[in-house]
Amino acid sequence: MKLVIAIIKPSRLEEVRQALNSLDVHGMTVTEVKGYGRQKGHSEIYRGTEYAVHFLPKLKIEIAVEDSASDGIVSAIRESAQTGRIGDGKIFVLDLLAVTRIRTGETGAAAL
Amino acid sequence: MKLHKTPTLMGLAGLAGLTLLAVTHPAFAQDASSAMSSAASTAASAAPDASASASAAAPAAPAINSGDTAWMLTSMALVLMMTIPGLGLFYAGMVRKKNVLATVMQSFAITCVVTILWFVIGYSNAFQNNDWNNPGAFIGSFAHFFMAGINGNSINVAEAPTIPEYVFSAFQMTFAIITPALICGAFAERLKFSALLIFMALWLLFVYDPIAHWVWGHGFLGSLGVLDFAGGTVVHINAGVAGLVCALVLGKRKGFGTTNMAPHNLTLTYIGASLLWVGWFGFNAGSALAANGLAGSAMMNTQVATAAAALAWMFVEWAVVKKPSVLGILSGAVAGLVAVTPASGFVNPIGAFVIGIVAGAVCYYAAAHLKKMIGYDDSLDAFGVHGIGGIIGALLTGFFADPDINSAGKGLWFGNPGQVLIQIEGIATTIVWTAVLTWIILMVVKMLVGLRPSEMDEEEGLDISQHGESVTE
Repeated sequence: MKLVIAIIKPSRLEEVRQALNSLDVHGMTVTEVKGYGRQKGHSEIYRGTEYAVHFLPKLKIEIAVEDSASDGIVSAIRESAQTGRIGDGKIFVLDLLAVTRIRTGETGAAAL
Repeated sequence: MKLHKTPTLMGLAGLAGLTLLAVTHPAFAQDASSAMSSAASTAASAAPDASASASAAAPAAPAINSGDTAWMLTSMALVLMMTIPGLGLFYAGMVRKKNVLATVMQSFAITCVVTILWFVIGYSNAFQNNDWNNPGAFIGSFAHFFMAGINGNSINVAEAPTIPEYVFSAFQMTFAIITPALICGAFAERLKFSALLIFMALWLLFVYDPIAHWVWGHGFLGSLGVLDFAGGTVVHINAGVAGLVCALVLGKRKGFGTTNMAPHNLTLTYIGASLLWVGWFGFNAGSALAANGLAGSAMMNTQVATAAAALAWMFVEWAVVKKPSVLGILSGAVAGLVAVTPASGFVNPIGAFVIGIVAGAVCYYAAAHLKKMIGYDDSLDAFGVHGIGGIIGALLTGFFADPDINSAGKGLWFGNPGQVLIQIEGIATTIVWTAVLTWIILMVVKMLVGLRPSEMDEEEGLDISQHGESVTE
């Protein structure tokens, strides 16, 4: 099993959700986060005083999937979240050791 | 009108001209009669040789005019709206989220404190004289302690001969409220609430009341011929300079220059600036103290100057930092409102247009560069906008006062260069008095309760540390 973590622009969430839906991914966790990578924040100027805003708002999506589905999901997210401009985000894929569904106690792939 | 000039040949000639116009031009008669009664009472109070004008004005004995009264009732409410919620929101949007409630609280509490003080003694000190023939008096009288001696039919003949004295007093009260509230921009995010209350009470009694008396209450600056239609000197230079002194004495906010102090919600500032603009028609056009042609001039001048200043600030900023900002156009509008305030009942709309452009551009420079050059933390630019804008307006009134708009004022542009010097004298007197007294009052308050919250309280934010509340997410 894999855990796919994607950091995306907040404005792309709906496109990403639709793309994943068409791949039969029906569950995900979304968190509002702040951070920076190459984009390095931006600056704001108020009455001549400049403030550097280092941390920009992003969304973090977490999806747990079977090994075979992970490549398709990564490319679906990449295509739907892309605007081509700096700050589009990143996708991380991690090995997932165990999953338990709390309600039923199912474990492994059956709990996904 | 809020101008009291020793009658000169010019004044008498103006009066004669008005009389002539009233006779020859019926449509003008109503305006002229109200202007005449006010001019005549001024003349009667300040000059012994007023028999000629007194006989001319004899038919217009002081009487309450319902049109004037209706407009002044409205104006009072408009000017109150400038402070609550206008100024409160304007400032609250520019502070950080942890200080937003403390900021609106300042405007609201000042409104309450000044109202009580004004009714107890402020009005009497500012607008009543024991001796109307003595313009040298430092302060007015104590005769109307707790509004004693005033009833629903009273008229302050020397100040506003066509409206009830309660209405005149309440209208002036709203000016006494907004002036100290403007100072809050300078010490935002770092003054203890207890210190604020004591400071504002003392400041009203020892700074605002005397200066209002000198300029508007038949005091020495008015007699000198200082032109201040609606409060460029009394309100804006006064508050702006007091703000600068506060910013210097209190020092910078903790973390100034290293932490992000960007405005937390400019939508609030937008609402506040818009309420200020609308309310300002009560401030400027209301300062005619009548529903007449002069009020109309003040209204048009106010609108033109404000738009010009807003655009000037926006375009200058656009050229300098490459983006036309919302805060910029709002700040420019307020700078224009400030600068046109003393001029609104003296200049013509072209004069107002020029005043607006100059105010927008220069105030941008003051807020964006002068502040950094000198290195004080005037958090929300009370000095940069109100102090500098007020000085620009007071000076340029001396240039552009057009006797066709108001016979009481004639500027350099119309052949009276001396007016500029008189304006400078008014500006300088106000700056010195307010700077020295504000400093003394701050020292007294510091001794009594201290000025700044502890560093921890300031870091936590004034909402929680001073008031035990916070805005919800």
